[in-house]
Amino acid sequence: MSTMLQTEHLTFAYPAEEGESAPTAALEDVTLSVEKGSFVVVLGHNGSGKSTLAKQMNAVLLPCGGMVYVDGMDTKQEALLLEIRRRVGMVFQNPDNQIVANVVEEDVAFAPENLGIPTEEIRRRVDDALAAVGMSEFTRHAPHLLSGGQKQRVAIAGVIAMAPECVVLDEATAMLDPSGRREVLSAIRALNRERGITVVLITHHMDEALNADRLIVMNDGRLAMDGTPAEVFTQVDALRAMGLAAPDTVELLYGLRQGGMDVPLDALTVEDCAAAICRALR
Amino acid sequence: MEPIIRVDHLTHTYSAGTPFQRSAVQDMSLEIRRGEFLGIIGHTGSGKSTLIQHLNGLLKPTEGHICLNGQDIWADPKKIRQVRFQVGLVFQYPEYQLFEETVYKDVAFGPKNMGLPQEEIDRRVRASVRAVGLSDEMLEKSPFALSGGQKRRVAIAGVMAMEPEVLILDEPTAGLDPRGCEDILSLLRAYHTRRGSTVVLVSHSMEEIARSTQRIIVLDRGGVRMEGTPAQVFARARELEAVGLDVPQVTKIAHALHEKGVAIDPAVYTVEALQKQLLALKGGRAVC
Amino acid sequence: MLKDITLGQFFPGNTIVHRLDPRTKLLCVILYIVALFNAKSVLTYALVAAVLLVCILTSKVHYKALTRGLKPVYIIVAFTAIMNLFFTGGTPVADVWLLRHITFEGIRSAIAMVLRIIMLIMGTFLLTYTTSPISLTDGLERLLSPLKKLKLPIHELAMMMSIALRFIPTLIEETDKIMSAQKARGADFESGNIFQRAKALVPILVPLFISAFRRADELATAMECRCYHGGEGRTTLHVLRYQTADYLVLLAFLALAVGIIVLKHLGL
Repeated sequence: MSTMLQTEHLTFAYPAEEGESAPTAALEDVTLSVEKGSFVVVLGHNGSGKSTLAKQMNAVLLPCGGMVYVDGMDTKQEALLLEIRRRVGMVFQNPDNQIVANVVEEDVAFAPENLGIPTEEIRRRVDDALAAVGMSEFTRHAPHLLSGGQKQRVAIAGVIAMAPECVVLDEATAMLDPSGRREVLSAIRALNRERGITVVLITHHMDEALNADRLIVMNDGRLAMDGTPAEVFTQVDALRAMGLAAPDTVELLYGLRQGGMDVPLDALTVEDCAAAICRALR
Repeated sequence: MEPIIRVDHLTHTYSAGTPFQRSAVQDMSLEIRRGEFLGIIGHTGSGKSTLIQHLNGLLKPTEGHICLNGQDIWADPKKIRQVRFQVGLVFQYPEYQLFEETVYKDVAFGPKNMGLPQEEIDRRVRASVRAVGLSDEMLEKSPFALSGGQKRRVAIAGVMAMEPEVLILDEPTAGLDPRGCEDILSLLRAYHTRRGSTVVLVSHSMEEIARSTQRIIVLDRGGVRMEGTPAQVFARARELEAVGLDVPQVTKIAHALHEKGVAIDPAVYTVEALQKQLLALKGGRAVC
Repeated sequence: MLKDITLGQFFPGNTIVHRLDPRTKLLCVILYIVALFNAKSVLTYALVAAVLLVCILTSKVHYKALTRGLKPVYIIVAFTAIMNLFFTGGTPVADVWLLRHITFEGIRSAIAMVLRIIMLIMGTFLLTYTTSPISLTDGLERLLSPLKKLKLPIHELAMMMSIALRFIPTLIEETDKIMSAQKARGADFESGNIFQRAKALVPILVPLFISAFRRADELATAMECRCYHGGEGRTTLHVLRYQTADYLVLLAFLALAVGIIVLKHLGL
C-alpha cells in the first residue's frame, strides 16, 4: 500500500503572543505515516498537539522543522497548495463555523466552485456527496435549522465534493450529542469502507477508536503510542500515566486479571469482553 | 419534607398560533428535593433545556406551575428577578457569556446585580473562585487569556457567587476532554458536599450523571420517562438505549453477561462495581 | 424573543415573478424607480401604479405583507407629507389661521411625495419578497461584474453579503442565548433610563463580538481548506440564463421608463 500522509521529524511552535516570552511548542519530532485507505484515530488531551498535527496535514500550518508530505507532495511548496487541500479535506469542530452558504446544496458546491469545475459536474458531485452522507432530502434546506449531527454531515459532504483522497476530522464530534456522534461516525465509516477514502479522526472519545485500523496517541506534542487499538489499549498503565483511560472493557479485564482471573486483555468490544469473561468463569 | 422546587403539569408551547407551533414540554410534573444532587438526562429534543429555563423564570409556562419553596414563582411577575438569584442556572458553553476585563469583575457581576454590599461581594467572589479550583492570582487576569477549561470554571463561579439555593448546570462538561470533564464533575461533587445545597446536573451522558448524582430523572419527548436511584435506572438499560441514550460500556457488559446467565446484578455503572461482583463470583462457584 | 423576528423577507413561490432572472428583476426595479421619479402628472402616476399593481397581483404576495413592510417608514411618510404641506409656496387654501400656511400646491406635492415613497418601497419590497437573498447577491455580482475590470472588489463584496446573510440567524440565536445567560445572573435589560439601558447591553455585546470574531477566524480557515482563493476561475452551481420572459419583461419596463420620460417632456 502507498502512503497518504507522511511526517518526518515534524516540529512546530506557535509564535509568541503578547505577554509571552518564548513561542509555544506544540509538536516535537513527530514522525509517522498514514497508509492510503486506512482509518486512523488520533487520541490525546487538549494541548497534546493533536489539532496542530491535523492542521499540518493540509498545509493550514507549515512545519517549523522537519517535513510533511501529502501523497508525496511537500506541503511547503506553495504551488501545490490547492492540490494538497483538494486531496486532504478537513472537517472542524464547530459545525456552524464552517458552513458558508445558506442553502445546503450551495454550501456543498462551494469547494467545487472554487476549483473551477464545470456546472454539470458540480451538480453531479453535490448530489453524490449529499447521498454519501445520507443528507439528500435536505438539499434545499437552510443549514441553521439542521441538528448538530446533520450540520456536521453537510460539512463532510462539502469536503467529499472535492473528491479528496483523505478526510481529516479535527474533533468533529466533540460538540455533538450521542446520536449526532453516531450519525457522523457511521457516515465516516461508510466513506472509508465504500469509497476507500483515508480517514484521520482526531478525538478525545476513547470509544470512537475501537474500530480503527490504527491508533495514535499524542502527549505533550510528541507521538506517545502508535499501533492497533488492541495494542494501544492494552497498555493500561502507560495510558493512565498520561491521564487517559482505556475503554471500560479493557479496564475491567485488567482489574479482573489483577484479581487473579485468567482473561485476555484485548477483548475490546462489549461482546468479545463478555464472551471472554464467561469463558474464564466456566 | 417539602421539595425545594415542584414542577406541576408544566406545558410549554413555542410559537403558539403559528404554523411552527410545537410543544417542547407536555404536561410534565416532577420534584426537586432539598439538598439532593439530582441528575436530569435526556437526548436533544427531550425538553430538558426548556424545562430548566422554566425553573429560574427565564421562560413562562404556557400551562402549569413552577413552585419554589411552595410559592408559585409567577405569583408576582415583578419578583421574578429574585427567583433567578435563588435558582442559579449555568448554561451550556457558559464561557461564551464572559465579558469583563478581569476574572474578579466577571464573577462579581451576579452578586453586584443582587445589590449586595462591597465586602460581601468580595467574600463571595473569592470563595467561589476558590471553589472552582482556581488560584487567587487568577482574579486579576483577563478571562479571555485563560484556557478553555479555566474559562468554563470562571463562568460556573459566576453563578455560584450568587450563592443560590439550587444550582442547575446544563451540560457543564460539553466539549471538554476526559480530564477536563472529571475536573468539573469533582468540583461539583465537592461543592454539593460542602454546602449541602441542591445541585441539578443536566446531561446526555449517563456515565457522568451516574457517577455524581443520587437520583436520576430521565426525560423523553417532553415528559418524564423514568425516575429513581442510579441503580434503579440502570437496571432498565435496554429501555434507556431505546430512548436514544448512551449507556456506559460497563453497563452493557454487565447486561450481556447477565443475559448469558452469569449470576450478577446488571445495574452497575462503574468498572469497580462489576469487577467486585465478578471476582466474588469466581471466589464462589462459577455459573455460566 | 429575538428568535420570533422574521428576518427572511423572502416568501418562496413559483409565480413568473419568482422565476424571473434576478438580474432582470434588479434592472426592472431600477427602470421602475426611474419611471417613478419622472412621473409628474396624474396620468403618469397612474401608469406606474398600474404596472406595480400588475406585478403585485402576478407575484401573489399578500398585500398585508407589503403594508407590513411600510410600517417602519410611516413616520418618514408623515414627516414628508407635513413638510410638503406647510412649506410649499403658492396660493393659500383659505385665509384663516393654519390654513393660511397650506397652499393648493402644497397639498398637491404632499400627495405626490407620499405616493412616491409608498410606491418606491412597495416596488423594492416586492423584489426582496420574491427573490431569495442568495440569488439576489448572485444577480448583483453578475450585473456588476463589468466593474471588476476597474479593479473594484465585486466578487468579495458579493461573498461578504452572502456570508452575512448566512450568519444572521446564527448570531441572532447566539444573542438570545447570551441574553438568557446574563439574565440568569440577574442582568436587567428592561428598566432604568436610556443611559442605564445602554450600559446593560455591554454584557451582551462584548461576548457577541468576541464570538463573531472567533467565528470569522474559523470560517476563514474552513474556506481556505475548501480551496477558496478569491473569485478568479470560480464556476457556479447555478448558472443564470436569460429566458424569453426576461427579455419581454425587461422590454416592458424599458418602455415604461422611456414612455414616462417622453410624457414628462410633452408636459403631461
